[in-house]
Amino acid sequence: MPEISRDEVAHLADLARIDLDDAELDHLAPQLNVILESVASIRGVAGDDVPPTSHPIPLTNVFREDVITPSLTPEQALSGAPEAEDGRFRVPRILGDEQ
Amino acid sequence: MSDLTRKTAAELADALAAGETTSVEITQVHLDRIAAVDGDATAGVHAFLHVDVEGALEQARASDERRAAGRPLHLLDGVPIAVKDVLTTQGLPTTCGSRILEGWVPPYDATVVTKVKAAGLPILGKTNMDEFAMGSSTEHSAYGPTRNPWDQTRIPGGSGGGSAAAVASYEAPLALGTDTGGSIRQPGAVTGTVGVKPTYGGVSRYGLVALANSLDQVGPVTRTVLDSALLHELIGGHDPLDSTSVDQPVGGLVDAARQGATGDLAGLKVGVIKELAGDGWQPGVMARFQETVELLTELGAAVTEISCPTFVHSLATYYLILPAECSSNLAKFDAMRYGLRVVPDGDPSAEAVMKATRDAGFGDEVKRRIMIGTYALSSGYYDAYYGQAQKVRTLIARDFTAAFEQVDVLVSPTSPTTAFPIGEKVDDPLAMYLQDLATIPANLAGVPGISVPAGLAEEDGLPVGFQVLAPALADDRLYRVGAAVEAALTSRWGGHLLEKAPVLEGVVR
Repeated sequence: MPEISRDEVAHLADLARIDLDDAELDHLAPQLNVILESVASIRGVAGDDVPPTSHPIPLTNVFREDVITPSLTPEQALSGAPEAEDGRFRVPRILGDEQ
Repeated sequence: MSDLTRKTAAELADALAAGETTSVEITQVHLDRIAAVDGDATAGVHAFLHVDVEGALEQARASDERRAAGRPLHLLDGVPIAVKDVLTTQGLPTTCGSRILEGWVPPYDATVVTKVKAAGLPILGKTNMDEFAMGSSTEHSAYGPTRNPWDQTRIPGGSGGGSAAAVASYEAPLALGTDTGGSIRQPGAVTGTVGVKPTYGGVSRYGLVALANSLDQVGPVTRTVLDSALLHELIGGHDPLDSTSVDQPVGGLVDAARQGATGDLAGLKVGVIKELAGDGWQPGVMARFQETVELLTELGAAVTEISCPTFVHSLATYYLILPAECSSNLAKFDAMRYGLRVVPDGDPSAEAVMKATRDAGFGDEVKRRIMIGTYALSSGYYDAYYGQAQKVRTLIARDFTAAFEQVDVLVSPTSPTTAFPIGEKVDDPLAMYLQDLATIPANLAGVPGISVPAGLAEEDGLPVGFQVLAPALADDRLYRVGAAVEAALTSRWGGHLLEKAPVLEGVVR
């Protein structure tokens, strides 16, 4: 099990879009190591011949008739929005940092 | 009539049918009880995050009108219920115990909530939980912990500690919970109540804010096995809005509970799971468990020991699959469409807003699991962690299949320990995870499980849970065995285990 460094935890936080400060990194990085060391115990438990399970009760081809059913109104869909304008979600600028 | 909060849901239904009481009266006494003992983040049981006094009484009045007109919607019409705050309720706040959803009022109902409303059960409020159902103690709620009514310095289990504590402290006769790795059963065990995780797909997950889609299941939280069966039959069944919902009718559960209560388990084959015992299991928990196993023999069951060798890997498997699924699920909390938005100074980009919001809105346990999941799904690690966990999941399911070729049900203690002190494990994730050692295998394999009270541990006088597991879609067996154990032990104790719990002091809100 590779030891996961503080920098790698900072990278993971970045990938997960969580802005961790130094104090949080100091606190969480060692805990992540302990957890990862513990779960690493499953390596080698199942051989290559074992198929993976994604769902415990597998169902295939779950279809429905292609008919229109009632759904949320635009007002309802926007009711929890931090900001809305002209019937749309209003978001901060999406360009400019790295693009 | 005598204190209505002490009645079971089945007794309340009978009293309503006989015209001995009204839904308004029943609902009001439960609201009064909540006002008296629930308190808030600093004192009291704190099972509720939101109490809907007006809404509950309005639904109760409508129920009484239907009954007066001779048109009740369901046996349980008028019997109030509490709902875990991870299930969406139109017009009622739904926070999932997280700051990121503080004040969010969903525009739609979860299917189970729709069913509960369609049957006429007044909704008392929303119950406390570990943030996004991540935890075994309800301490990870952003709104403060729930306290165990048996000892308010101790945890009520988790993640559904609020629902379990609500029924244990007579604030509600019924509650809805969700169980991803034990979040219904472990709180049931440590509060002396009954909790059922149905077969995966047996109850709709539509409107359940997902923690891990392949593991989550909604189920009943009650004081008696019969009440769980009544609620399970009400909420179960196929839902076209959930593509993982099993297309089979739910039924026979109430009958199984009534039959089990007669105490005859002749012909039943019971397997004691060898791997769910040993070091780290509290002696008082094991003592009550062994007694209950002996009781099954007295009731006519044939008991053998069964080995499920891969179960020793279930915790590691779970703590790879769950974080992987939750890191993906919780990506939707992006500060754009609903929930919290934190805007840093200056002219921040959407990504900067997202990062600041998720840092401020998520607690430590959620951050830990999201990052573990992100790691397990990273290219280069995927096969070694997530891919391997999915394979071990297959082996765990095969252990269940092999076991159920030999026996009808499997049994174990529900949780390795009784309720631990608040604060003891909050910064030790691995110690917290061990609480779910016995409950996790069922979620990985999709099989149903129940926890019923088995008595009090000698060393601390706190409740112990007895877990019964059955094959997928054989949920009726849980009710037969659970009701038999409950009937025999209740008669031995001279009443429900909760009658031994301390009387709760009133708190000033």
